Amino acid sequence: MTYAIEISDLKKRYDSGFEALKGIDLKVEKGDFFALLGPNGAGKSTTIGILCSLVNKTAGHVSIFGTDIDKDFAKAKKYLGVVPQEFNFNVFETVFNVVVTQAGFYGISLSVAEERAEKYLKQLDLWDKRNDQSRMLSGGMKRRLMIARALIHEPEVLILDEPTAGVDIELRRSMWEFIKKLNEQGTTIILTTHYLEEAEQLCRNIAIISAGEIVENTSVKALLKTLNQETFILDLDTSLPNNWALPGFSVSISKDASTIEVEVIKGQSINAIFKALDEISVNVVSMRNKSNRLEELFVKLIKG
Amino acid sequence: MKNSEIWVAFYTILVREIRRFTRIWPQTLLPPAITMTLYFAIFGNLIGDRIGEMGGFSYMQYIVPGLIMMSVITNSYSNVSSSFFSAKFQHSVQELLVSPTPNWVILMGYTLGGVARGLCVGLIVTVLSLFFTHLALESLFLTILVMCLTAIMFSLGGFVNAIYARSFDDVSIVPTFILTPLTYLGGVFYSIDLLPDFWQSVSLLNPVLYMVNAFRYGILGVSDINVYWALVIVCVFIVVLFGFGLRLLNQGKGIRS
Repeated sequence: MTYAIEISDLKKRYDSGFEALKGIDLKVEKGDFFALLGPNGAGKSTTIGILCSLVNKTAGHVSIFGTDIDKDFAKAKKYLGVVPQEFNFNVFETVFNVVVTQAGFYGISLSVAEERAEKYLKQLDLWDKRNDQSRMLSGGMKRRLMIARALIHEPEVLILDEPTAGVDIELRRSMWEFIKKLNEQGTTIILTTHYLEEAEQLCRNIAIISAGEIVENTSVKALLKTLNQETFILDLDTSLPNNWALPGFSVSISKDASTIEVEVIKGQSINAIFKALDEISVNVVSMRNKSNRLEELFVKLIKG
Repeated sequence: MKNSEIWVAFYTILVREIRRFTRIWPQTLLPPAITMTLYFAIFGNLIGDRIGEMGGFSYMQYIVPGLIMMSVITNSYSNVSSSFFSAKFQHSVQELLVSPTPNWVILMGYTLGGVARGLCVGLIVTVLSLFFTHLALESLFLTILVMCLTAIMFSLGGFVNAIYARSFDDVSIVPTFILTPLTYLGGVFYSIDLLPDFWQSVSLLNPVLYMVNAFRYGILGVSDINVYWALVIVCVFIVVLFGFGLRLLNQGKGIRS
């Protein structure tokens, strides 16, 4: 089977002696929506840097759609579109020129490049800004410009390195809708993010990297199954009576006794909580997870 | 990449470079025009009349080729060094690095961008000089050839400088402390025949001397050195600098971790 990305025994040691990658193995299937998670300095950006040739690897093999980057990096690069963490376009160029120029670097003729630039700038709501210098754009617009630029050669794989950092909620949602559509159309998406709820909602498969090593590589569904405890917060319509207890559960009650936090261990039924509250005629107004489920696992895995 | 794609990539870099220096023309094209006009007025007209003839020509006619060449050298060099370093500084060089554009195309694109500015400024200065003096043209072919080769050589030099530079200070050190002295001592304002034997020999180690004299020969038909020898030296420098620049790019020096 040919994978979109196939990494084996990838190592990177910087000149300073810091070992950023200690021999990682990773496979990303074609059409996947894949999350690469890890704390700062774990090796995510180094891995992405090696994939797109901004970082020289020390050892190991990387193939992109079956093309070994050591044998034909130019061909491998054509499969990739990269949206980096930092803004890295010429801020004095116009929005339109940033995108069209990038197409030229991929050998795309001007007429095709202009056509595609119009298509992607319109899709990303930047068409009205096409003649503005890119430095004049807001942070969110700059992010979208980098997405348009990364798509101009219509890559098979789109790598997004912290794409929603500093982007407001509305824009983040519309950005994810756009990326989800791309994925549905067949583009493989590789994402790094600190917003773990994004990874949980969007991604099918996940790898967690810590201190230069892959500590988990599985499907999001399988990973969440390993979670053996969740904490729920329940808002109640009236205060609980004094000395109220819920046998079998660990419960903490707020000062006004109208909100409770209940720890539910795998195998326990949430119905028991509702039943106990119903017996004292207290209704649940709303219920939510205390923290993101993936976040709990992430912290657990990183602490290892 | 196919040949047609390589051509598009090269053309894209070149057009972007030309667009850059024409967009900021008050910083790139205007200053050499003003500086050289002052040189023509002060050294050529005011002081030149008192100096008299040099090499059988008026002093103004004698220094014009040197001053044109000085403009070509400094502008082709600084265009590439500042453009490539700025791309490094604001990380926009990554746009090129992630693309399949071969390194030799990147090097050629930036170099030709520098050549374009060097020739553009050279043309402006030449036109301005015609307001001050009449220029004979001994050999149009040689004049254009020397101008182009010099611009190529110093554009490549500027590229190597930009690769090594870590700050804007590093970009200005070479032009200030190496390029300007070499140019001033490269026979722009005088014939090395005026120097004592020892300093004549020392001057022969200065590559700028060969370019200035070859260019002067193309326009006036006089030179302190053998023109063909000058062409050989410039070509050798070009080959060495191109090879060195390409090696640095392949290694990712200063641009890849």
